[in-house]
Amino acid sequence: MKTTIDARGLSCPQPVLMTMDEIKKNTANEILVLVDTEASRENVSRAAQSKGWQVASIAEEDEVYHLALKKG
Amino acid sequence: MKNLFATRWGIIGVGAFIGVIAALLQFWGNPGNMGICVACFVRDITGALGLHRAGVVQYVRPEIIGFVIGSLAAAFIFKEFRPRGGSAPIIRFVLGAFAMIGALVFLGCPWRAMLRLAGGDWNAILGLVGLVAGIWIGTRFLKSGYNLGRTHKFAPAAGWVMPVMALGLFALLLIYPQAEGKDQSGVLFYSLKGPGAMHAPLLVSIIIGLVIGFIAQRSRFCTMGAFRDLILFKQIHLFSGVIALVAFAFITNLIVGQFKPGFEGQPVAHTMHVWNALGMVLAGLAFALAGGCPGRQLFLSGEGDADAAIFVVGMVAGAAFAHNFGLASSPKGIGPHGLAAVVVGLAVCLIIGFTMKQK
Repeated sequence: MKTTIDARGLSCPQPVLMTMDEIKKNTANEILVLVDTEASRENVSRAAQSKGWQVASIAEEDEVYHLALKKG
Repeated sequence: MKNLFATRWGIIGVGAFIGVIAALLQFWGNPGNMGICVACFVRDITGALGLHRAGVVQYVRPEIIGFVIGSLAAAFIFKEFRPRGGSAPIIRFVLGAFAMIGALVFLGCPWRAMLRLAGGDWNAILGLVGLVAGIWIGTRFLKSGYNLGRTHKFAPAAGWVMPVMALGLFALLLIYPQAEGKDQSGVLFYSLKGPGAMHAPLLVSIIIGLVIGFIAQRSRFCTMGAFRDLILFKQIHLFSGVIALVAFAFITNLIVGQFKPGFEGQPVAHTMHVWNALGMVLAGLAFALAGGCPGRQLFLSGEGDADAAIFVVGMVAGAAFAHNFGLASSPKGIGPHGLAAVVVGLAVCLIIGFTMKQK
């Protein structure tokens, strides 16, 4: 299953909290996270990797980063 | 492009650099265990502008100006300058004001708490215990859905306000340098004695400020985030930077003979343990609710974050109230109304924590 988290405009730790909550739920094996600052992009990637997830791809569009996280 | 500063060794390097440089800034003239103190330095600027008239703490600290401009430069070079804001600005103003008041009851922001510890001022232990307690309370709110709402993209002018104000301050400092033995020069106030009269040479301070602003923007260095991420996510990334800061400041202090362990007679510090802790509970909670320590707020304001800029303006207002109303501590102990200010501040922060929730 694939879910999307829209964390645009939210500053840390919110994007990380939302991502961690989704990872903990353990229902999705693919999560798409939308963030709009580089700090959030780095923090979400770091947090996901610490939980054994992989950052499959990062795409940028109109100053929004689309992070595709996959269960490792 | 890989951001080297955002790696584990990157953040450790930044923390270590700040630790060494802060201890050296003290060696070069800044006040005791106050090589860098974001709260104290913003307070000194507030005094230099005459917004409070505590004669011993008046100086336009070039380090603060450098923090904002250095961050601006990094944000521009790496295309991270993003004018944005609109996430509960008035709440951020209030949090900035009470964060400053709490810090001035303890006599230092988290940066200075670390530097005081690294200089052997054991009173800092109480402050750090309070800081962690305040941040812990903040994480409980974060876990239960506390949220100041989303920011929005702004026109460039909004992102430029804080950098331009910083440049304006620097211009004033150059136009009205201190006249020998005078406490006033044009529109600026200066200190003839006390911590406000102690400072490293202007050129040294501004260059160091610029470098720290640059690398802190790249690494997202944050002393509040260090403890918050540790408590919330058991993540030691930012925390490793803070540990490096303390360790390297300690080593540098030992080398240059600035390490003087004890509780009594520490520079710009008092020994009222309960209030050292409670002041920092207030500051820590306010930083956690606002999403960054005072340093981080300055760096964010440099990369166009108008909400962080509002927090900084709140700190200026808090500093003015702290000295005009007798809320700030002195080496003799807490101010006549410091107790009331901490109680009111904690009540306000708790109300904000319980009520600010947005989906």
